[in-house]
Amino acid sequence: MLLQLEVAVTHLTGRRRQTLVSLTGVVLGVAFFLAVSSLMRGSEKDFIKRLVDNSPHITVSDDYRHPRTQPAELRWTNAAVHISNVKPQTETRGIRGYRERLAFVESLPGLRVAPILLGSAVLTFAGREQGVTLSGIVPKVMKTISTLPEKMIKGSIDALEANPNGIIIGTGLAEKFNLTLGRNLSVVAASGGSRAMKVVGIFRTGNAAYDENQTFTLLKRAQVLFDRSNRANRLLIQLDDPYAAREVARQIEAVVGYKATSWVEASEDILSVLIVRNIIMYSVVAAILIVASFGIYNTLSTIVLEKTHDIAILKSIGFHARDIRLIFLSEGVIIGMIGSVFGMALGAGLMQLLSIVQIKPPGVSEKVFLPIWWGPEQFALATAFAMASCILAAYLPARRAGSVHPVEILRGAA
Amino acid sequence: MTTILRADNLTRTLPGEVPVTLVEDVSLTIERGEFICIMGPSGSGKSSLLYLLGLLDVPTAGRVWLDGEDTCAYGEEELANRRLEKLGFVFQFHFLLAEFSVLDNVTLPIRRLGRLKETAARTRGMELLERLGVADQGTKHPHQLSGGQRQRVAIARALANDPLVILADEPTGNLDSVAGGTVRQILRDLAHAMGKTVVAVTHDPVFAAAADRRIGIVDGRIDADWRPA
Repeated sequence: MLLQLEVAVTHLTGRRRQTLVSLTGVVLGVAFFLAVSSLMRGSEKDFIKRLVDNSPHITVSDDYRHPRTQPAELRWTNAAVHISNVKPQTETRGIRGYRERLAFVESLPGLRVAPILLGSAVLTFAGREQGVTLSGIVPKVMKTISTLPEKMIKGSIDALEANPNGIIIGTGLAEKFNLTLGRNLSVVAASGGSRAMKVVGIFRTGNAAYDENQTFTLLKRAQVLFDRSNRANRLLIQLDDPYAAREVARQIEAVVGYKATSWVEASEDILSVLIVRNIIMYSVVAAILIVASFGIYNTLSTIVLEKTHDIAILKSIGFHARDIRLIFLSEGVIIGMIGSVFGMALGAGLMQLLSIVQIKPPGVSEKVFLPIWWGPEQFALATAFAMASCILAAYLPARRAGSVHPVEILRGAA
Repeated sequence: MTTILRADNLTRTLPGEVPVTLVEDVSLTIERGEFICIMGPSGSGKSSLLYLLGLLDVPTAGRVWLDGEDTCAYGEEELANRRLEKLGFVFQFHFLLAEFSVLDNVTLPIRRLGRLKETAARTRGMELLERLGVADQGTKHPHQLSGGQRQRVAIARALANDPLVILADEPTGNLDSVAGGTVRQILRDLAHAMGKTVVAVTHDPVFAAAADRRIGIVDGRIDADWRPA
C-alpha cells in the first residue's frame, strides 16, 4: 500500500469512535440525499408523465402565431400612405383545407394525429341548461391519441359511429343533470344550430371541470351543428417521443402555417416551477452533507492537533509537506468513499421502503404509491457531492498539517 | 579525514518585537567518523545549533555544507530529501509513531525513500533491529517497550537509510544510567566501527566523557572546542 495511505488508514483506525461518527454523518447525508431526491425527481417525472399523457403533445389550432399580412400591405410594401382600420376579411373559422394539412402531418414519422372541431354549445335537459365544450371527433383516430377510451365508465366512443346523433358526456354533467345512457337531450350550438342527441357514453377523468364541461360527438355531426362543413379547428398530435414535441411542433408550424403548440410550450410555467422546486430540494439535501462535512473537519482537525508530534517526526525524517497534506486529504477521501458506499446502500434501502408505502388521499379510491425514481444520475450526484464536501472538509486540516514546522514542535517538547 | 559537515558563520535569530538570537556566528568543521558532543547550559542554543546542522531549521545568516554541498540555496523539499538520504535523528523523547509496530517505524524512512522493495525494506529493518539487540520486539508497539528499548528502535530508524550523520538531541536525557550507558556505547560504536559521524547534544557529563570531541556553547557562541586526550 502507498505509505501515505497507510499512515492515513492508521490514523483513522486509531480513532475508531470519532471516525465512526464522521462516517455516520456521510452515510446519513448520502442516504437522505438519495431518498429525498429520488422522491422529488420521481414526483416530478410522475407529474410530467400525467401532463404529457393527459394532453396532446402538440396542438395545431386555427390561429396564426403572427397575424397574416393584408393584401394591401403585400401589394405596396413601401407605401407612403397608411390606411388604418383595415379589417381582415371575414372567413369561416377553422383550419383551411384541413384534410391536406392532416395528410401532411400523418406523413411525418413517429406520430399519430386526430382532427377535431371544437366549439361551444348549450345542453338543455329537463329545463336546465349547461354551457359546454363540444368536440367533434373521429372515434377511430381519437382512440390512437387520447386516453379517453380508458376513462369511459359507461358506453364507449365507438358507439358514436353507430349512432350519428350520439353524445359522450362526463360524470360531472351526468350527475348534475341526472343523465344515464340512452337519455336524450337538446344541444344548441353558439351559431344557432340545434339537435336532439342521445347519451351513448359517460367518462370520468378525475378533473372536475373537465368532467362537467367537456362533451364529444362525431366530427361530421359537429361540422353540421356548427355550420362549418369540411372544417376542423384542431389537430391533436401524440408523439412516440414526447420530448421531441418542441422540435416537431416547429417543423409542423413551418409547413402547415397554423400555430402548433407543444406541451412544453403550453406548460412552461409548470416546468419552471419544477426547476425551482428541484433547486430548493437539492439545496436542502446538500445542506445535510455540508453539516456532515463539519463532522469530518472536526475529526481531522483533532487528529492533526493530536498528531503534531508525529507530523514533526515524519517531517524531520524527510517527509515533504505535500506528503503530510496527502495523508490528511486521503483521510477525507477514505471517509467520503466508505461513507458513499454505505450511504448508497442505506439510501437504496430507504428508497425501496418508500416505494412500497401506500398512501390514500381523501376521496380517492385507488391505491397510490409514492413515485420513486431510480435514476443513476442521483447516485452519481450524491457520491460526487459527498466526495466534494469530504475533500473540502479535509483540505483545511491537511493544509495546517503540511505547514507544521518540526523545529517549533521539537523545541516545545524538549 | 573527509569533512562531512561544515558550518560557516551560522546565525539564527527568531524574529519578533524583541528578536532573540539563538545561535550567533558559529563556524565548525566536522569530519567523517567523529563522535562529537555539544554541551552547554539550558537555553544556550545547543539544540538550535543541532537543528541547523541537521537541516531542520534554516539559518538567518551563514551556510551549512553537507557532504560538500552548500545547502543554503535549497528549498524545503530539497532539504527534506537531504535529511531523508544523509541524516538520521534521535531525540530525547523517542518520538516513535504509536500506532505503528516497531518494525514499521524503522522501515518508514526506507519506504519513503523508495529505493528498496517492500520485502527488502523489511529485511533491512530486521537487520537494524538485530544489530541494536531489539529484533525480538519487531511486532510490538512502542508503548510495550522500555525506555531504553524505544531509544534503540529510534536509533535503528535513524540508521534506516544508511545516513552519513546521526544527530542526537539529549539521547540519554530520559533514560536510567544502565540504558543510557547502552545507548552511549551504541552511538560510540556507530562512529568508531561504522564510520558514521555522530553529533549529540547533551548535558550529561558521563555521556560527554565518551565523545572524541566536545564543543561547549554559551549564549549561542562556541565557548570551547577540544579533543580529550
